[in-house]
Amino acid sequence: MVQLCCPWCGPRPGNEFSCGGTTGIARPPLECSDEEWARYLFLRQNPKGEHAERWRHGYGCGQWFNVLRDTVSHEVRAVYGIAEPRPGAGSSP
Amino acid sequence: MSGYRLAAPAGAWIDRNRPLRFSFDGRPVQGFAGDTVASALLAGGHAMVARSTKLHRPRGVFACGPEEPNALLDVGLHGERTPNTRATEIDAAEGLVCRPGNAWPGLKLDIAALNARYAALLPAGFYYKTFMKPHWHLYEPVIRALAGTGRAADAPDPARYDAVSRQVELLVIGGGAAGTQAALDAARAGAQVLLLEASPQLAAADALRDAGVECHTRCTVFGLYDHGLAAAAQGVGGAVRERLWTIRARRTIVATGAFERPMLFPDNDRPGVMLAGAVEQYARRYGVACGRRIVVATACDSGYRTAQALVAAGIDVAAIVDARERSGAEAPAGVAVHRASTIVAVAGKRAVQGVTIAPQAGGARHEIEADCIASAGGWTPAVNLYSMAGGKLRWVAESSMFVPATELPGITTVGACAGDFGAAHSPGVVPADHRPSRAALASLGRKPGKVFVDLQADVSAGDVALAAREGYRSVEHLKRYTTTGMATDQGKTSNVNALVLMGAQTKRTPDQVGTTRFRPPFKPVTLNTIAGGRSGERFKPLKRMPGHAWHAARGAAMEEFGGWLRPAAYPRAGEDLVTAAEREALQVRTEVGVFEGSPLGKIEVIGPDAAGFLDLMYVGTMSTLAVGGARYGLLLNENGVIFDDGIVGRLGPEHFLVNTTSGGAERVALAFEEWLQCEYGDHRVLVAPVTSAWGNVTVSGPKAWQLLQAAGFDAALAPAAMKHMTLRECSYGGVAMRVLRASFCGELGYEINLPAPHTQALLDRLWVVGQGLGVAPYGVEALMIMRTEKGFLHVGGDTDGTTLPGDVGMDRGIAAKAANFVGRRSLLRPAARDPRRMQLVGLLPRDGRTRLPVGGHMAASRPPAPIEGFVTSSHHSPVLGHPVALGMLANGRARIGEAVTVWHLGRAIEAEVAKTPFYDPAGERLHGLG
Amino acid sequence: MTADRDADRDAEPLRTRYSAWNLLAASRRDHRDWASAWRDAEPKARYDVVIVGGGGHGLATAYYLAKNHGVRDVCVLEAGWIGGGNTGRNTTIVRSNYLYPESARLYDFSLRQYETLSRELNFNIMFSQRGVLTLAHSRHDLDAQSRWANAMLCNGIDAELLDANQVRALEPRLNFGDAARPARFPILGGFVQRRGGPARHDAVAWGYARGASALGVDIVQNCAVTGFLKQGARVAGVATPRGEIRADKVALAVAGHSSVLAGLAGFQLPVTSYALQAMVSEPVKPVLNTVTLSPALGAYWSQSDKGEVVIGGALDHFPSYAQRGSFDVMQQVVAATCEMFPSLGRLRLLRQWAGIVDVVADSSPIIGATPVPGLYINCGWGTGGFKAIPVGGWTLAHQLATGRVHDLAAPFQLERFSSGRFVDEAAAAGIAH
Repeated sequence: MVQLCCPWCGPRPGNEFSCGGTTGIARPPLECSDEEWARYLFLRQNPKGEHAERWRHGYGCGQWFNVLRDTVSHEVRAVYGIAEPRPGAGSSP
Repeated sequence: MSGYRLAAPAGAWIDRNRPLRFSFDGRPVQGFAGDTVASALLAGGHAMVARSTKLHRPRGVFACGPEEPNALLDVGLHGERTPNTRATEIDAAEGLVCRPGNAWPGLKLDIAALNARYAALLPAGFYYKTFMKPHWHLYEPVIRALAGTGRAADAPDPARYDAVSRQVELLVIGGGAAGTQAALDAARAGAQVLLLEASPQLAAADALRDAGVECHTRCTVFGLYDHGLAAAAQGVGGAVRERLWTIRARRTIVATGAFERPMLFPDNDRPGVMLAGAVEQYARRYGVACGRRIVVATACDSGYRTAQALVAAGIDVAAIVDARERSGAEAPAGVAVHRASTIVAVAGKRAVQGVTIAPQAGGARHEIEADCIASAGGWTPAVNLYSMAGGKLRWVAESSMFVPATELPGITTVGACAGDFGAAHSPGVVPADHRPSRAALASLGRKPGKVFVDLQADVSAGDVALAAREGYRSVEHLKRYTTTGMATDQGKTSNVNALVLMGAQTKRTPDQVGTTRFRPPFKPVTLNTIAGGRSGERFKPLKRMPGHAWHAARGAAMEEFGGWLRPAAYPRAGEDLVTAAEREALQVRTEVGVFEGSPLGKIEVIGPDAAGFLDLMYVGTMSTLAVGGARYGLLLNENGVIFDDGIVGRLGPEHFLVNTTSGGAERVALAFEEWLQCEYGDHRVLVAPVTSAWGNVTVSGPKAWQLLQAAGFDAALAPAAMKHMTLRECSYGGVAMRVLRASFCGELGYEINLPAPHTQALLDRLWVVGQGLGVAPYGVEALMIMRTEKGFLHVGGDTDGTTLPGDVGMDRGIAAKAANFVGRRSLLRPAARDPRRMQLVGLLPRDGRTRLPVGGHMAASRPPAPIEGFVTSSHHSPVLGHPVALGMLANGRARIGEAVTVWHLGRAIEAEVAKTPFYDPAGERLHGLG
Repeated sequence: MTADRDADRDAEPLRTRYSAWNLLAASRRDHRDWASAWRDAEPKARYDVVIVGGGGHGLATAYYLAKNHGVRDVCVLEAGWIGGGNTGRNTTIVRSNYLYPESARLYDFSLRQYETLSRELNFNIMFSQRGVLTLAHSRHDLDAQSRWANAMLCNGIDAELLDANQVRALEPRLNFGDAARPARFPILGGFVQRRGGPARHDAVAWGYARGASALGVDIVQNCAVTGFLKQGARVAGVATPRGEIRADKVALAVAGHSSVLAGLAGFQLPVTSYALQAMVSEPVKPVLNTVTLSPALGAYWSQSDKGEVVIGGALDHFPSYAQRGSFDVMQQVVAATCEMFPSLGRLRLLRQWAGIVDVVADSSPIIGATPVPGLYINCGWGTGGFKAIPVGGWTLAHQLATGRVHDLAAPFQLERFSSGRFVDEAAAAGIAH
């Protein structure tokens, strides 16, 4: 079971959290095409390696935050605010 | 008879002042406190203690620890019966009852021993090649009856288990020499250290305690998981049988030692063939000689050290047979050493009687009388935990072992498990493949016996050769095809021999073959221990309403609804649930009923942007609600699917009270928070779930207001003063309350929200006051009857994970709405506009009598047939006097009046598509008239 | 082509047919004359079809290409050892108790193939039709199961609704509670598909490999695909550490690695990969009769022919390619086991493992074309791919050979994510099996 460092509560066991999947996917406007809407809802890179994802500290402060985690080793590389850009990369997470 | 008890004071772990007796295979066995069942059996001369899994060959104790492959016993009776228990890990105790697991009717007369005669027909994977005609089902019952090495308990386990959770700076796994030293060094440097030792005794217990190291014995770490998590199982005894440890450690030192690798020779599975280190430990720990005349078969320097220890204990060592030319260790005086030689035959079936040896180069064979063979073929570092944590291995050719190759963050390996045995215990030069050569076997003059690789799975060297021949050459294919390493000892003493053999067969070195993946558990762990006491409500708690005791006192039949314990109905004498619910529903419609709706979700949504935010969440528009107004709202997910509904009330310009379904309270609050924090971070809104802070007492029926008035509620709540779908704050009995005029049953209704601790008092008051008005409590089933009569939607009952708002007639007004609410875009997809979509409709039985079964399907002809729809809700309506139902039907709204057939498990019921509401279509009863 | 022969083997033809008679005959020669189950081939420079992924689906595709369509110039490329992915890690359940007609047709076709697969492949896959039972713990569950069973009957699939007594007769060790300790999850009834049950997963992979190899298909292990060769926009082959391999058509059957391969080809899939755990107990004499599922507890159980109690649960909670699961998820599934089978609590957990499952929003597969011309895919089975190996292979082979989508696969194309025409079996696939 992983351990995550919640920005507010500090290191806590993984079962206090829930994972919200890939972070930073922009919601397209109502006028978008069916394909664009499908991309937003369903298409994902699903990387074997570093993944920028969002987590919520459900059994704790209830706050959402972002995590850079390796999907093979589960190593947590970074924890950053929900509205912050992905560390290292450009502005698109 | 071979083994015997050495004279005192031999045996550091036993207490000769405390003798005991236990039963094995129906016979009494003597032992001492401190013995294991294995040591006591050996001391008593019991050579054969088990039968092997497939071939039912006689087997004896092989090892002295968790790597024991043979001596698997069923221990205990009834609910405490535990199969597959290693005799080496059972504490001998007075009155203990043990049976061999895999023998019937008894150990000596085991019927399935016939299998051994047909061993040639039963090579690895034989079942893939046959048992196909006429059908596998014909053979399977026999196979299943023969499989399994023990019998499970026949009653629930009465024992208790508990769990401990720790955070430590340093976890040391293993209290041998290396682990002890590592713990002492760290503790003296100021670290907080926890040391866990698997065996019952810790040699350096005093020194560790003095250094401030917390130590526990009988505690086996069985898994290393992400981010420094370790899990261990501890045998406690007494009030608690076993304890689960979960430890989060900043640093971990793995000092798990090594397992001895046995020699491979024909009939190396006979009772009396044992690991050399085990023979030594039985003498040292338990004062047991495993045989009267011992032959040491070795390819490793430790065989010599074993011989020395045994001679020093006064045990007769007949010879050392070393497969190598040279040794780095000395033989004890007076013991013959046969170099470059191997065992080519073992005499005796139920116990070793002697060995035949021959030179590897070929030549004359030689017989030696013996009743025990101490087998020392090398060492296998216990790299399991290190490997689970992601560590990679490398092969050391000189000593023929896999050792840790990489550094892992936060995890260090020390001692034998890292390949570091220290000078005194160095294995020396060990060949990988130390089987008898062809030349040596040739000198036997007859076909040699089977060479066993995995004792418990009955896998032989011939099976490994067969696997190679048939293409199962990957080490993982080898394992799955032959099942080597898949028995309860998990290949601890066989995996390396198996992969060495596969390498020999396919001209690969052992590291080219590699090892199979190491996975938890390191050793089998009791299911109840892992569960850690989470049973019953500790597995999943039941939520109880604030008024629970009140309902119980009224005779409520409680059932679980969405995680809450709620009254389904209040059956009186002679009533079942359905008749009670029908009576209650009728009473609500004619007089007045009282219901507790506390599980309904309640969420306060507060802030300058609250109104706009709710417009983004709901299908309908909440921002246009007047203060004091309330509106039904539907919530969709981004796929456009209905996932919850409820009434939203407005308490103030920036203050809304959201109601959700009872099962949906948490997920709605979660959804709101997710949108707020992740998408609409600039919205100034506070979402506060208050479901359990507020109780809900619902009063429904034509006399609802009369009841509240009689109880003393403010006249401002009267129907004339307070319209349907409005919300008022009031005070009653000094308690602040929020009253919503709403109705899920269709009668005049008031939902009184009040601080949860006051719920029972209000229920009591209304009950007392209501006696003269014909008040009755009503449960969930009665409510379901009434809302079905009205055709009101039940999310999760009438809807499923595909239902869109248009399917239930709730998409009017979407086009006109401005906000891009959750799910809106999905409603524009082609599938959402398909005219064949199923729609919610009413259904009535043609004969006016037959209740349409929930789940019954509408189809144009007898099934199998294309599905037109299905029944979602169905009840007998007491007020109408006939059954009513709701269902989903393809293009249903355009088919009102049409005849349909409902099929249920082959039975046809004629029905008609009908408009809803069935009862009070104009909705007049809401106002309390009539 | 590498031949593997014992030094002292005769020049007689090797034994290839599996039968009791041949087993007896082979025993006389110490089983030294069995032929290799499949050829471990060296890849050629070019094939008509390259299939990426040597699991059940990939191997079945190759088999049916050769068997049904006579397309034999086929290569199956497997990064590791065949059947080493999800095919070797599942809980071996075959069933077709799905809700929607599209799923029912798909999975029941597969189940019917399983019924005769041992004969078809001359390899005993040990399909044991001992029934798949789903428990009802509330009256809501009973209603939902009534819908489910009737839907199955409309779709022509066997289903029976059972009351509590009938469930107890079928699986007596379930926790029905008693007056002293009422069950936290009372069992009110259930429904059963009698034709469902476990099969030996490894045998399915090995059986299809042997069948395909015998028909001329090349099976290449230890050969990962590291990139795609393109001719314009069209796929023209694959790049591997053992050289480039050209092909007219390439098919992906790589389950949890689908997004990785898709990424190499330049497109994204509606797939997220998760760990799915499973575990077995030490083997014991028979204690369980059927496959039992409890949706309320999120776990399911059966007993293998070796005697091990096989336990599975729901997905782990975050995307992972680690092939190992979280301790807390495993603990929850074990606690569910002890709750449902109180007399089995003293058994010991022997082995646990995890696969990488490719999860798709509507829990239905994707079988068909990709945005890259010439590149096809079979993925998205999520937690339920083992039962579908025959139909996955059959339909993909059909498309590769004829260029047309097979009728059974038509509802399961990528375009459904844009149109919204999902086949949402979330109810049926509420937990993994």
